[in-house]
Amino acid sequence: MTGPEFKPAIDEYTLYIRITIKNMSLNGNVPPGPLGDKWTKYRSSMPLVAPNNKRRIEVIIVGTGLAGGAAAATLGELGYKVKVFTFHDSPRRAHSIAAQGGINAAKNYQNDGDSIYRLFYDTIKGGDYRSRESNVHRLAEVSVNIIDQAVAQGVPFAREYGGLLANRSFGGVQVSRTFYARGQTGQQLLLGAYQSLSRQVSLGNVTMYNRHEMVDLVIKDGKARGIITRNLLNGEIERHAAHAVVLGTGGYGNVFYLSTNAMNSNSSAAWRTVKRGAYMANPCYCQIHPTCIPVSGEYQSKLTLMSESLRNDGRVWVPKKLEDAKAIREGRMTGLDIAEDDRDYYLERRYPAFGNLVPRDVASRAAKVACDEGLGVSPSGLAVFLDFNAAIMRYGKSVAHSRGLNESDDKLVKKLGTEVIEEKYGNLFEMYEKITGENPYVRPMKIYPAIHYTMGGLWVDYNLQTNIPGLFATGEANFSDHGANRLGASALMQGLADGYFVLPYTIGTFLANEIRTPMIDADAPEFMQAEKDVKDRIDRLFAVKGKQSVESFHRRLGKIMWDYCGMSRNAEGLIKARKLIQELRDEFYRDVFVPGSNDEYNQELEKALRVADFLELGELMTVDALDRNESCGGHFREEYQTEEGEALRRDDEYAYVSAWEWNEGNPTLHKEDLIFENVELKTRSYK
Amino acid sequence: MDNMTLTLKLWRQKNANSKGAFETHTLAGVSEHMSFLEMLDVLNEQIINEGKEPFAFEHDCREGICGTCSLMINGYAHGPQQGTTTCQLHMRHFNDGDTVTIEPWRSQAFPVVKDLVVNRDAFDRIIQAGGYVSINTGQAQDGNAIAIEKEQAAGAFDAATCIGCGACVAACPNASAMLFTAAKVSHLAQLPQGEVEAAKRAQKMVAQHDQEGFGRCSNITACEAECPKGISVAHIARLNREYISASLGSETQVN
Amino acid sequence: MVNWFSRFITSSIGQKIIMSLTGLFLITFLLVHLIGNLQLMSSDGGQSFNEYAYFMTHNPLIKTVSYGLYAFILLHAIQGIVLWRRNSSARGSVGYAVKKDRVAGDNSRVSSVYMGALGTVILIFILIHMYQFWLQMKLGNTEMITYGDGEPVKDLYTLVSAAYDNVLFVVFYVVSMIFIAFHLWHGFQSAFQTLGLNHPKWTPLIKTVGKIYSVAVPVGFAAIPIYMHFFQ
Repeated sequence: MTGPEFKPAIDEYTLYIRITIKNMSLNGNVPPGPLGDKWTKYRSSMPLVAPNNKRRIEVIIVGTGLAGGAAAATLGELGYKVKVFTFHDSPRRAHSIAAQGGINAAKNYQNDGDSIYRLFYDTIKGGDYRSRESNVHRLAEVSVNIIDQAVAQGVPFAREYGGLLANRSFGGVQVSRTFYARGQTGQQLLLGAYQSLSRQVSLGNVTMYNRHEMVDLVIKDGKARGIITRNLLNGEIERHAAHAVVLGTGGYGNVFYLSTNAMNSNSSAAWRTVKRGAYMANPCYCQIHPTCIPVSGEYQSKLTLMSESLRNDGRVWVPKKLEDAKAIREGRMTGLDIAEDDRDYYLERRYPAFGNLVPRDVASRAAKVACDEGLGVSPSGLAVFLDFNAAIMRYGKSVAHSRGLNESDDKLVKKLGTEVIEEKYGNLFEMYEKITGENPYVRPMKIYPAIHYTMGGLWVDYNLQTNIPGLFATGEANFSDHGANRLGASALMQGLADGYFVLPYTIGTFLANEIRTPMIDADAPEFMQAEKDVKDRIDRLFAVKGKQSVESFHRRLGKIMWDYCGMSRNAEGLIKARKLIQELRDEFYRDVFVPGSNDEYNQELEKALRVADFLELGELMTVDALDRNESCGGHFREEYQTEEGEALRRDDEYAYVSAWEWNEGNPTLHKEDLIFENVELKTRSYK
Repeated sequence: MDNMTLTLKLWRQKNANSKGAFETHTLAGVSEHMSFLEMLDVLNEQIINEGKEPFAFEHDCREGICGTCSLMINGYAHGPQQGTTTCQLHMRHFNDGDTVTIEPWRSQAFPVVKDLVVNRDAFDRIIQAGGYVSINTGQAQDGNAIAIEKEQAAGAFDAATCIGCGACVAACPNASAMLFTAAKVSHLAQLPQGEVEAAKRAQKMVAQHDQEGFGRCSNITACEAECPKGISVAHIARLNREYISASLGSETQVN
Repeated sequence: MVNWFSRFITSSIGQKIIMSLTGLFLITFLLVHLIGNLQLMSSDGGQSFNEYAYFMTHNPLIKTVSYGLYAFILLHAIQGIVLWRRNSSARGSVGYAVKKDRVAGDNSRVSSVYMGALGTVILIFILIHMYQFWLQMKLGNTEMITYGDGEPVKDLYTLVSAAYDNVLFVVFYVVSMIFIAFHLWHGFQSAFQTLGLNHPKWTPLIKTVGKIYSVAVPVGFAAIPIYMHFFQ
């Protein structure tokens, strides 16, 4: 919501939106040729590094999730000398582990008309036509290899009675192409990558540095040649050199403080490279997931996702009358007291064709609209109902019918229907009850949207190389494949595609020219300087000796981001937010309190370093959101909507990737024009 | 209840080499809707606002899957509620006026790093000893080339669901990591892809388990009782089977 | 050969297998021992028991087995003590201030957690028991008795009967049997679990047999001193 009191004059606008725009399109280095042949041809003709040379080439990988872990394992197998870093105590903790639903692949095992092209098309369309065609097609091509690879690693995917792999449909697509391992697909895939990585560690091809956080990037002669890390156990600042650096460090959803990301997920590794000149692409594209458990109080530390699959059977509603909503908020009534006629099943009303199954961005915004109107149903006013009663009765009737029982006995029907729901979603209902203490079989669930994934990230070319030679970004850390909105079950696919099947090839295009480069010296002046910069930064934080906790700053930043750069944005609010963030940053460096010292295990210092970076990244997000005068995917600008309140995309002016150079707070925009040769740009409609 | 007051006895230890002791704090205003870790967040915020050092404890996803959180709460690994990690334990399971004792995992193989944080690297080394299928990227045949019985795949999944939190070690009166080791051996042994190396894997992983200083399993089943994922000791029996046949029957020598 | 075998047998699982196999042997022995000892309750003044004892101490096969038995008792005890010590040190230098043990399913918390302590008590019982009867018999501190025209045999019956006149011994034996019952309650099914014999179809049967066994055998043993004290 915007603060209505803030009306910037034109000069104020220019003051806060001081940006430079470069109009020459960035080069994505997309290989020539027809879409379907690009990758195959490119892969077969790219320069290779001979095995004897691979042994002499060192690669640093930061992050051990699906993208980083898979890349580290594969590069180790190929014979490179790999050093892999994670701030976790073990590579297996990376947040990829929390993905529930599944992983897409164009296997067409179900013979339902799926194909690489269809997966490509769905992903481009789902991303609201803001991604690079060539990258997305490559993603669809390698998706099939991922499943084979995972099965061979021993990932226990769900199977049919015949022993073949099972699929389900996910996220509103028309084919069943999602492979899954109960509700723990991310965990199983990550453990597969972790096991492969562990094998390489045991073989000595990969050196594992756990509890090491990347705190800076080292550039030497214009190329990324190493990183500075902080050993989280003892605070030691270490210099690590290599021929190339790969980031697989995930997204920046935690800039919002409350998100479905893990508590320690952060943007610092990526942001440090931005501080050294890498471009941040489309930072305003944030995915908001509609079915999360609502905030219960000020102490809330994170939000828990309830799988999207619940919307297959749940009906979303709020009371029609404001006084009913108020009574529910104050605990005088419950959802059960509201008569059928007094309920507004707003998704079914607004989107009759897709109903409760509209894509994530649409469902999220609709919930916000309802709550903004004062119809929210939790004490905070920020929740809507997800009701399974209709499904329970429907299933119950059908079971009663098939067993020849009395279909008009409501109690019996309800019992039978509850059993069906329990079988389908039992673990999710149990989790809901664990967290909220309410029984969702009896009372409708309360849900609210929450930040879940960030489509933006480091700008990379077709080789996954950033604008800094030798610096690569994979998985959620790069911007490349999901455009402005990611489809369900696509994050796992992209992380593993990058890690197993793309980067290990494309990094060769850079490394093939490095075979004559001797081992990089970690004592070179550039490393010493970067190390000093880090130490100064840490000293500066301790020197503040203020009064407020790091957490309190993070919470305040999150609120600014959510209020002004969240589910819907407008120019006024974004300008205000940028100013508020700048002020908050100043206050942070004036009044933050970081207890303890550097030379010990110090979680507050870890947080302080991360929040300091969020305080800059958040600002860039507002700048990007303000520049993009259109609504697309996860970016909804109130000024750009149709008469029915739907997103209004402006392809003529904004079919480009915004790649931002940070320039210490004076961002420069570099554009990469998106050229669509194979798909026709259409308006997404779910009416 | 929205306003509980708790007496918290927490383990305070500066680093691995120093001696630790309990520190007692009173925390008021605890809401039943808080998760246990959110309650600790509030305590830490209170301590920081007094200008002191907060308690270090590990946590990450806070949705019960990453395995980072730990804590011995009133004598139970991950607290009194079974099948639940500490991060998903909520304060509605406590009462106003309760005293809550919070300790780190205790095991020779899990040295304390600081306060409530322990080092679980031993688990990584057990996996590195053989908890994988030796296949390189790109070598795989089609995913549907080998049919696997649905129940068998589900059985493998039941073992693979281990989150590596260490509650089995913490709860085991013998501080044994057999359930952890067995979960990986059993997961892979039940799948044709993993069966190929089963003999070598069982021997190497058990050897590493022993070398790390974990205790010996005596089938108490405390591990299963406290495992947040409810992994069954039946997997330990499978490990034993695998180990016996690998050591005595298989021609595979492991050095 | 030595290399792989010693590695196997000294591994954590190998050590447990020693416990399991020796335990199963001892379990079997208990039943044999009980069946023989039930003759103490026959009202023939001890003839059948004494003749049985003579047979058991003179049959070369049984003599060999009995030496095996002594060895297995020792092995079971020593290996148990080694494991117990190993396991207590695995907790590390600092233990828990508060620790509650919970076990899964129908496992018994007391008998599984305190297996080592129970075993220690039982070992002491065995030492006393063997001193009292076996050693006295071996040292020849028993009267000889001749039945019919057979060889003179040691009158072990009188030795036992005399001991059970003392109510304190009766209590001692009965209490010891309770310890054995607890030890067996866990030990019986645990031996199978250690050998990897855990099967959804068979394990419930093993557990049921184990429970019946671990109650019936000690009750049978305990009945002897009680019967002899009160009725003979």
